[in-house]
Amino acid sequence: MLWTNTKRIVRSGFVHFWRNGVVSLASVLVVTVTLFVIGSLIILQAVLDSSLDNIKNKVDVNIYFNINASEDDILAIGKSLENLPEVSSVEYVTEEEALANFKERHKDDHLTLQALDELDDNPLGASLNVRAKDTSQYESIAKFLDSKNALSQDGGIIIDKINYYQNKTVIDRLTKIIAGAESMGFAVTILMIIISIIITFNTIRLAIFISREEISVMKLVGASNKYVRGPFIVEGVMYGAISSFIAILVFYPVTLWLGDATENFFGGINIFNYYVSNFGQLFLVLFGSGILLGMISSFLAVRKYLKI
Amino acid sequence: MIYFDNVSKIYKDGVKVLKEINFAIDRGEFVSIVGHSGAGKTTLIKILLAEESPTEGKVSFDSLDVHSLPRSGMTQFRQKVGTVFQDFRLLPNKTAYENIAFAMEAAGRTDEEIENDVPTVLEIVDLADKMWSFPHEMSGGEKQRVAIARAIVNQPDVIIADEPTGNLDPINTYEIVQILKKINDGGATVILTTHNKGVIDDLGRRVITMEGGKVLRDDKKGRYVL
Repeated sequence: MLWTNTKRIVRSGFVHFWRNGVVSLASVLVVTVTLFVIGSLIILQAVLDSSLDNIKNKVDVNIYFNINASEDDILAIGKSLENLPEVSSVEYVTEEEALANFKERHKDDHLTLQALDELDDNPLGASLNVRAKDTSQYESIAKFLDSKNALSQDGGIIIDKINYYQNKTVIDRLTKIIAGAESMGFAVTILMIIISIIITFNTIRLAIFISREEISVMKLVGASNKYVRGPFIVEGVMYGAISSFIAILVFYPVTLWLGDATENFFGGINIFNYYVSNFGQLFLVLFGSGILLGMISSFLAVRKYLKI
Repeated sequence: MIYFDNVSKIYKDGVKVLKEINFAIDRGEFVSIVGHSGAGKTTLIKILLAEESPTEGKVSFDSLDVHSLPRSGMTQFRQKVGTVFQDFRLLPNKTAYENIAFAMEAAGRTDEEIENDVPTVLEIVDLADKMWSFPHEMSGGEKQRVAIARAIVNQPDVIIADEPTGNLDPINTYEIVQILKKINDGGATVILTTHNKGVIDDLGRRVITMEGGKVLRDDKKGRYVL
C-alpha cells in the first residue's frame, strides 16, 4: 500500500503541476530568480575573495640590511621568520639582485644610472621580503624583528630599516578595508538569501492558496493529511528541480558575457572560468537549495489548510 | 445511528445560529432538513461533517463522538460518509473519472477496484460518456451527478446532500432526487437539506423543519410547511 500510495502521490503531483500550467510557470520563474540570486552571490563571493587575496598579496614588508651584513646572518633571520606562524613566505633578495632590480626600475632615468656607474661598489644592501598570512599580522612580525632575535651572531645591528613603519598607516587602513569588505559581503549575502527565501515561500504559498478549496474537498472525501499534502510537496520539489536546471543554464551566457569584464575590473578570477571549473558544485548547491526550498515552502503552506 | 444531543453553535460575533438541537436519525432513513436560508441547515451539516465544532452539545455517529475523534479516526469517519454540496466541490484539475478515483484512492482501494468501480458508478448516474471531461466542460446537473458518484463510490453508510439541487433546473433536480432515492433504497441513510417545496412534497419521507436555528417540527411523513 505504501508503494501504491507513493506512486499515486507522485503521479498526482506531476499531473497537478502540468494542468496548473500558468501557476506552475509563475512559481518556476520566481524560484529560478531566487536560485539565480543565490548562484550569483556564490560567484560574487568567489570574485571578492580572489580580489581581496590579490590585494593582500601586493602587501609585503621589506627588511633592508646593512651592506656589511653577512649572508649567513640574513638567512638565519629569514629562517627564524619562516618559523613564525603568521608568516606565509620569506623571499631573500641578494645585493646583486637588488642592484639589478634598481637598474631595471630606473632604466629610463639615465642620470641616476650614470651616478650609479660612478660608484665603485654596490651601494645597495640585501633584503628580505616578508609576506604575512594576514595583513593585520605585519605589526607582530615587525615587533619580532625589533627584539634581540634580529641581531647578528656577534651582537651587531645588521638591519638597516624595516619599511613597515613607513607603510603602517596604509597597511592598517587596507586591513580595515579588507575586513570591512569581507563582513559586508557576508552580510549582503545573508540578507539577499533571506529575501529570496521569503519571496519564494510567498509565491508557493500563493500557488497553494489557489488550491485551498481543493484541499478542503480532499479532506472531506476522507483523504488523510499525508495523502493531501504529498502531491503539493512533489510539486514544490518539481519547482525547485526545474528552476535549478534553468538557473544553471542561464549562468552560461551570463558568465561568458561578463567574464572578461569582471576579470579586468576586479583583477581577480574570470567568472566564466569559475563557472566552468565549479559547475558540478554550483549545480548541486542550486539543485539542493531549490528542492529544499520548494519542499519546505509547500509543506508549511499546505499545513494551514489541513486543519478541517 | 446519528445523534444530535443539545447542539448549539455561537459564532465569534455572538450570533447564535443553532439552538439546542436534538434529534436522532436511524440507519436506512431518508431525512430531509428544510428551512429558509439562514435557518441553520448548512451549519448543522458542517457540524455533522466536523468541518466546524459545536459550541455546546455533541454529535455522535454509531456511539462515537464525532468532534473528539483522533485524526485517523476522522479520516475513517469521513470515508463512511459521502457528501454532496450545492456548489458541487469537484477538484477542478481532475476529470470526472479522476475525481471519483480520488475518493477511492483516499480510502486505500486498489487500482483494480478503481478501474472496475469508477465506470460502473458513472453509469449509475448516467455519465459514462463524460468520463474524461473536466468539471468546467460539464453542465451543473452533470457536475452534481459526478459529485453524487464520488459520494457513493465507497459505499458509505450515510450520504449527506447539502442543497444538491440549489443550482439546478427542475429536470436535473428531479433526476438528482431520483438518484438519491435509489441510493436510499440500496440501504444507505440519506440526509438531504433543501428549500425546494416540490422535492419534499414529492418524497413523502421524514422532514425536519428548522427556523431561526431551532427545530420547529419533526414529521415522520412530512410536507414542506413554512
